[in-house]
Amino acid sequence: MSNITNSLYDIGLLDDLARKKTFIHRIHPVMKLLTTIVYIVVLTSFEKHEVSAVLPFVFYPVFIISFAEIPVVPVLKRVLLVQPLIIGIGILNPLFDTYIVMLGNIAISRGWLTFLSILIKSSLVVMVSILLVATTGMDRVAVALRMLKIPKVFVLQLLLMYRYIWLLIEEGFRMAQAYSLRAPGQKGIKMNDLGSFLGQMLLRAFDRAQRVYQAMNLRGFTGEYNAGDVLKVRFRDVLYFVAWSLFFVIARIYNIAALIGALFTGVGR
Amino acid sequence: MHMADALISPAVGGTMLAVTAGVTAYSAKKVQNDMDESKIPLMGVMGAFVFTAQMINFSIPGTGSSGHLGGGMLLAILLGPYAGFLTMASILLIQALFFGDGGLLAYGCNVFNLGFYTCFVAYPFIYKKFVRKGINPRNIFAGSMVSSVVGLQLGAFSVVVETLLSGKTELPFGQFLLFMLPIHLAIGVIEGLATAAIVTFIWKARPEILERAVVGETLRGVPIKKVMVGLAVVTVIVGGLLSWFASANPDGLEWSIERVAGTAELESASGIHRIFSEIQNRVAFLPDYGFKTVEDDTAGQPVEEDESSWPSVDAGTSVSGIVGGAITLVLAVILGWIINVSRKRKSKATKAVA
Amino acid sequence: MSYHKLEVRNLYFSYPDGHEAVKNVSFTIYHGESVGLIGANGAGKSTLLMLLVGLLLPDQGEVLVGDVRLTKKTLSAIRQRVGFVFQNPDDQLFMPTVYDDVAFGPRNYGLDEDEVKLRVERALEMVGIPHLRDRVPFRLSGGEKRVVAIASVLSMQPDILIMDEPTSALDPKSRRMVINLLKGFDHTKIIASHDLDMVLETCRRVIVLNEGEIAADGMAEEILRDKKLLESCGLEMPLSLQRCPVCGTSKKPL
Repeated sequence: MSNITNSLYDIGLLDDLARKKTFIHRIHPVMKLLTTIVYIVVLTSFEKHEVSAVLPFVFYPVFIISFAEIPVVPVLKRVLLVQPLIIGIGILNPLFDTYIVMLGNIAISRGWLTFLSILIKSSLVVMVSILLVATTGMDRVAVALRMLKIPKVFVLQLLLMYRYIWLLIEEGFRMAQAYSLRAPGQKGIKMNDLGSFLGQMLLRAFDRAQRVYQAMNLRGFTGEYNAGDVLKVRFRDVLYFVAWSLFFVIARIYNIAALIGALFTGVGR
Repeated sequence: MHMADALISPAVGGTMLAVTAGVTAYSAKKVQNDMDESKIPLMGVMGAFVFTAQMINFSIPGTGSSGHLGGGMLLAILLGPYAGFLTMASILLIQALFFGDGGLLAYGCNVFNLGFYTCFVAYPFIYKKFVRKGINPRNIFAGSMVSSVVGLQLGAFSVVVETLLSGKTELPFGQFLLFMLPIHLAIGVIEGLATAAIVTFIWKARPEILERAVVGETLRGVPIKKVMVGLAVVTVIVGGLLSWFASANPDGLEWSIERVAGTAELESASGIHRIFSEIQNRVAFLPDYGFKTVEDDTAGQPVEEDESSWPSVDAGTSVSGIVGGAITLVLAVILGWIINVSRKRKSKATKAVA
Repeated sequence: MSYHKLEVRNLYFSYPDGHEAVKNVSFTIYHGESVGLIGANGAGKSTLLMLLVGLLLPDQGEVLVGDVRLTKKTLSAIRQRVGFVFQNPDDQLFMPTVYDDVAFGPRNYGLDEDEVKLRVERALEMVGIPHLRDRVPFRLSGGEKRVVAIASVLSMQPDILIMDEPTSALDPKSRRMVINLLKGFDHTKIIASHDLDMVLETCRRVIVLNEGEIAADGMAEEILRDKKLLESCGLEMPLSLQRCPVCGTSKKPL
């Protein structure tokens, strides 16, 4: 159950990082969200064998990590944790696509290129999603969602959920610890105990929801969520979005890596 | 069974995002019209509960391995379909943002696969039928089991279809399906056991919670057919538009058609495809690197026969690709390093001044 | 000023399972008074508090705030004037940042954002935590959470403050901080607690509940010294009033 504490650590870390005040942090959440989405869409629109053309997309996460003072190791660790699934599916490519292509003088099966391309793309995509939260924070992500006309009910309960994850994870962890102390040498919780274990937790969650609802009611909540003023979008926020989007699109159309390579190797097309 | 961004195409991801946005908006309206605002904190806390429950492993009898709860059916049963769907969508959003499980582009797919089938298919058409005659442990067990299995099978099937339509990875349809469905049958059975255990416990301890969920449930009187038709129309329109935009390069739908039809021989034989790709090559202003040409020339031919005529990839392009790729990476790292160093110097300087 | 008066007349309440939690309770609390509400577990303290803000509605009797009778219609107006601080701040702090949480009440009452900002800043100032404004509630310490919970109620500028166990589960330093805060407020206060030393310090008047009924209502100094009364209600004298266990002398002269 160590993944429980890991999750707490991850949420806590991202939350700490989001409280920094670099210029990246101050860019409007909507623009950051949109830039991230453009990034992901452009990156995933590449052909499945493409490897070199994808590489210039490394610049965006590097830019954010550097300017927003994000520690590299924890972010990379998260990225690596997600990879096994991708590898599981991606590794089938070399098996199914054994078509041989020439890269200069090296003969290589096309499946490996697809595999490599998937690995790079998935790492980058996971990284920019995490960087988005690490430089924005859940509260401002919610502001962005509101401004993008996502239903209020959804945003409010998303915020409540984010708020109570911390509490329930701690509670679940304590219960699991207490259980394992009385059930030595057992892997996880016995199926027979599962109903009452999770059921108890659920009942407590229900009671808590009831009290939270009362607390909201006492402060005038009537089902309407008032998020306060929306943040104004400044010129530099738009500039940030436009400039990066432009870069992504250019990098999609021209293989920048190959152009640089051509410059250095002197091989023209 | 979260789908990842890297395995889907913008067309598929975008379509599913649009569909999910529609279902979300509709559900949000339903929850709001219910005028039961006490449900909102309940959804939030329940979401946090499921999030936690997913991390708590339990041992699966007779196997020595362990599993965990998914929670889609549980949410539908305890909150009703609309609130259940919204809650599942929130859980997946937090997982995508904070843990990189699934991604933003794949978000629509994941919400649909894990939330839609459980809340809007398995719950109303299966679970409700079982407990209609009365809530008791036997009906709860049967209902949870069958609906969990069916919900997960539908979800797994969706994963296969979405992956294939995206064409970002090489997977034969049949094999992929044969791989996914049995695995998710097992997962579904476990999910059914866990869901039944929890719901039965709640029913024994606090029956009013289940009764309330049933009372507050508003699927009755909803023209489910209309909703389905609406969804289908949205899917077709958005999917069509997006893939039309995407068809400037032959991934996405074109690729999948190739796979569904078995080979691309159909198209090549007709000659139309050849003409199209000729036009495409002329009109396209982006330089056609490497493999695309290869594909067009040799698609459909068995690999072994191909050995004699290895694809004539433009060697120059490939070499400059490798070299350029390496340089790009080095540049990126150097850039990051420079920014870091200069930033540290600056902060030191300001500290010294202060 | 009868305006901040809180009056309870012949209040009865029983839960759906038949348990009679509050029986024939009557009292009046006047402007600026600070009243401690004490009693053993299950004596009906929490139920009574919930009745005062309309989270529960009485079977019989009535609650008057100012001269307004608490009914479903007047609920919203009354809740604006009566601030309720929950026993567990985790139930009360549900928004993603301290600022948003303190702003939750004022925003719900439709104030414009400038006024909301003013109120939030003033509330944070009052409890001395302007530096916590952008923090996330779930990462705060127990003492900080408690103080934020108080601020989230103060921002609604209530006339009457009701607190359920404001010092429970706090370390000594945080407890002291909360006590000093409470002493500084000039609101009308009702403080329910088992922390009798705190009650002695913050309240001049004490109401003792025993099995849903009022067992005593009077000056804190007198009631909290009445060993027999307290013990019959499942309580004991505050430590600061007990004789020193080492030398046997009384700490505070009578």
